[in-house]
Amino acid sequence: MTIVPALDLFVAGVVLVVAVWTVAVRNTSSAVVGFVAYGLLLALVWVRLGAPDVALTEAAIGSGLTGALLIGAAARLRAGESTVAAERPGVPVRLLIAALATVVAAAIAGVLLSLPDPAPTLAPEATANAGATGLGNPITNVLMAFRAMDTMLEKVVLLLAVLGIWSLSPDAAWGGRPHLPHRAEPDAALEFLARVLTPVGVVLGIAVLWVSADHPGGAFQGATILAAMWLLVLMAGLGEVPDIGRRRLRLALVVGPAVFLTIGLGGLVVSGAFLSYPQGFAKPLILAIEFAMILTVATTLGLLVAGPPVAGPPAAGSAAAGSPARRAAP
Amino acid sequence: MSEVLVFGLCAAVVAGLGLYGAIVDPRPLRKILGFNLLGSGVFLFFGVVARRGAAAGFPGDPVPQALVITGIVVAFSATALAVTLLLRFFETTGSSSLRDGAAADGARDTAES
Amino acid sequence: MSVLLDLVTIVMVSAGMVFFLAGTVGLLRFPDTLTRLHALTKADNIGLGLVVIGLVPQAGSLRDGLKLLCVWLLVLLASATVSQLVAQAARREGDSS
Repeated sequence: MTIVPALDLFVAGVVLVVAVWTVAVRNTSSAVVGFVAYGLLLALVWVRLGAPDVALTEAAIGSGLTGALLIGAAARLRAGESTVAAERPGVPVRLLIAALATVVAAAIAGVLLSLPDPAPTLAPEATANAGATGLGNPITNVLMAFRAMDTMLEKVVLLLAVLGIWSLSPDAAWGGRPHLPHRAEPDAALEFLARVLTPVGVVLGIAVLWVSADHPGGAFQGATILAAMWLLVLMAGLGEVPDIGRRRLRLALVVGPAVFLTIGLGGLVVSGAFLSYPQGFAKPLILAIEFAMILTVATTLGLLVAGPPVAGPPAAGSAAAGSPARRAAP
Repeated sequence: MSEVLVFGLCAAVVAGLGLYGAIVDPRPLRKILGFNLLGSGVFLFFGVVARRGAAAGFPGDPVPQALVITGIVVAFSATALAVTLLLRFFETTGSSSLRDGAAADGARDTAES
Repeated sequence: MSVLLDLVTIVMVSAGMVFFLAGTVGLLRFPDTLTRLHALTKADNIGLGLVVIGLVPQAGSLRDGLKLLCVWLLVLLASATVSQLVAQAARREGDSS
């Protein structure tokens, strides 16, 4: 079986070539495309490292959503780019930085080569305690039970990022609606895709969450698919981002952390520890958290790509009459 | 377990490349890209460490793998915030240069035109 | 029987690879956006289709086989749409590079 190591070498080589290209290419849009390709190749590496859950996350968020975000920004920043690019430091400084980067890379490689053997691992503990939750996927167990605190705080970080982005809106636009910067003009092909793919994608997103109890998948991966479907509908011009002041939108944003926190505090009362699930109720409680989470995370990810509101809220008088039915959340 | 060595070295080189790009390139968006590369190199290193911890029938240690999933999501939210800051900066000053005084120049250019 | 199935897999996946190779060569060598797009659709549609047909006999269950076919259909849908969008953008900009 010498073909597998050879394939590993080949994949690693292509990943490095694409990474070099991403850093070196002159045009920023090309660099973003390189980064997306890099992310997809990296997903292959994650599969080879025995981490299909991470591969799904990398492909969906690290490559897909980040790419959508950056390609829009690259297009908007193209105007003044060449003058800024001319500020590149001279050759001696660049060589110095290259030397620094080499030292860092060499240090990481050195750490890799001096890692203890046999490797310390928590895998046996994860197996031993898997029965307590009734879930078969060890990653879901870690995310939702053993290290649930991390996952809850991560929700809060996502929420803070949305608040940070909203706070960058001009005063006049506060409470208004974000405008997707790269929304195409009405287009038959894109509209067709949005109409056909969205139902499939919504089912798929929920399925990815549902199977994550025992198979690779999860709330983040599912939420990313839902967010992508929402963005597709927005880009096709079939819907609008709701005003950020709308109550339903804000509810969607807080329901995930709220349910998580409530169940966590309930654990404090019932079982004596924050975020501990009572015996026998772990699986339904985890599913409740995950379903609340998928709504929040999908809305959050969509809003992170959509950016700050640019247009002011509708005037008080016309709000009732002039606002068509909008999707508050995917 | 040759993939541990191959992808571990790959992670080290990607992290170095990302660091170089983040420092050398004066364009802020390229700095963000470089920073993302640096981050994904570190994540990959986590993945390699997780792979070394393969035991009890799992292909890898699930704890670092779960940490990486959390990390990728947080990295995305940080990237989104950075890009929004950058776009707002560009709108306000008319230039995306981070050099001292360049913002003022850009603002003057925009005001004149 | 299993040898026959393996043979089908090998032939179909190899044929798919040929289309992928041709599509990639075209993508790299063709002169403008529209012809490159034309080369790409060969890899996406026929190449992936042949690979999927080749992999279906190896699927463990009917469900897995159907999943493979779904992957192909979704890629067809997405790539057809993206080709349209890229071609329209190219025509708008009069891009011939």
